[in-house]
Amino acid sequence: MQVPASFDYRRATSVAEALELLRRYGEEARVVAGGHSLLPMMKLRLAGPELLVDINDLHELDHIELVGDELRVGALTRHRTLLESPLVGRYFPIVHDAEKVIADPPVRNRGTIGGSLCQADPSEDLSAVCGALHARVVIRGEGGERVVPMADFHQGPYETAVGVGEMLVQVRIPVLPGAGSAYEKVERKSGDWAVAAAGVALTLREGRIADAGVGLAAVGAGALNLDAVQELLNGGEPSEALYEEAALLASANCSPVTDGRGSAEYKRHLAGELTRRALRRSVARARTAQGTTGEA
Amino acid sequence: MRITVNVNGEDRTREVEPRHLLVRFLRDDLELTGTHWGCDTSNCGTCVVLMDGEPVKSCTVLAVMAAGHEIRTVEDLADGDRLDPVQQGFIEQHGLQCGFCTPGMMLTGRALLDRNPDPSDQEIREAISGQLCRCTGYLNIVRSIRWAAREEAAVAAPEATTPATATATTGSQA
Repeated sequence: MQVPASFDYRRATSVAEALELLRRYGEEARVVAGGHSLLPMMKLRLAGPELLVDINDLHELDHIELVGDELRVGALTRHRTLLESPLVGRYFPIVHDAEKVIADPPVRNRGTIGGSLCQADPSEDLSAVCGALHARVVIRGEGGERVVPMADFHQGPYETAVGVGEMLVQVRIPVLPGAGSAYEKVERKSGDWAVAAAGVALTLREGRIADAGVGLAAVGAGALNLDAVQELLNGGEPSEALYEEAALLASANCSPVTDGRGSAEYKRHLAGELTRRALRRSVARARTAQGTTGEA
Repeated sequence: MRITVNVNGEDRTREVEPRHLLVRFLRDDLELTGTHWGCDTSNCGTCVVLMDGEPVKSCTVLAVMAAGHEIRTVEDLADGDRLDPVQQGFIEQHGLQCGFCTPGMMLTGRALLDRNPDPSDQEIREAISGQLCRCTGYLNIVRSIRWAAREEAAVAAPEATTPATATATTGSQA
């Protein structure tokens, strides 16, 4: 039987109370929502917090709303809610692509977007998705809130920009007209972590790619620098030749390691190939979106 | 900590350590051993119970996190001697062999039918995709849940009306 080491447990009744507890316990406190990443790590003694701050009662953090030109998703929003949201599906098909292959239904009933991002596992899917979407995250602390771009959020494997006494409260995703996006993942079996995965989000302006975002999962620790791929795509005319070039660049700019899920070489190949496939689908979706919504 | 969890419609209060897992709370403290305990890593899904009506893996939920919530286990499926249609379906369609995954599978089937009374085979397969069965190859589990869906539809349809009339009046003025 696997049981975590002893810890204290507090169920927060407000964000302010959660922050106060996180401040008081400092490095030794961890936020728990779904717990499906944290509790297994605690069982394996890879994590040993002295205090768990349960935020499951903080319903104000469980929301999906369109505010101006961005979608605001509360940190406590469950995977299942994201998957079942028509609003999310309409603007960000990449999120639904990913959610269908994140773990399995019972896990998706508990796990949250905030937990996924804060776990900062290099193989985690929503980090790649939010990276591709150029999302920003809202971090709240004693002094108020700060908004951090996804590119600066992950500072290494299992390390984020969330400091002591702070917590992630919201994810903000820009809604762009004429956008298309897609997520492609290869896994060994249903519900598994990715062998490799790629997400792409872009818009089409007068037939050319703009606002390109690319995110990769499971092919390197921490935030990957995919600026070169994005720069290549921006302004380009969609074509197989351009996708090929982008695929080669994505493949060259990742840093996979050989493990039980595959060799570094294979994962590097997947990073390119999945980027290519996600590009094809993103462009097709952007064209469909423009065809159906006109000037929108 | 002292916690109260509503299990199968009854408030159950116990003193537990925060690290106590829901699966141990159910099996060891409440002696509800119908909930099985398998991989302990939220992979196999045999420990699935319903939390506020939705399937969760009880090896990855702390008992203290379940406090104030409603938990339903396999012991609550039958009403006295009357089996739940999902249980009957597993008998009719040979949905189990060793039976280890069965409690979780049946609860997932129950939760699915409560939300979606007429699921497709694909929807059934997706619903049970977080739970492993090493005996049946899943085919008979899908058939069992489908059997329950049809049984419930047949029971729900008014005897005097033909299926066509029943469909035509569904969702009318009321």
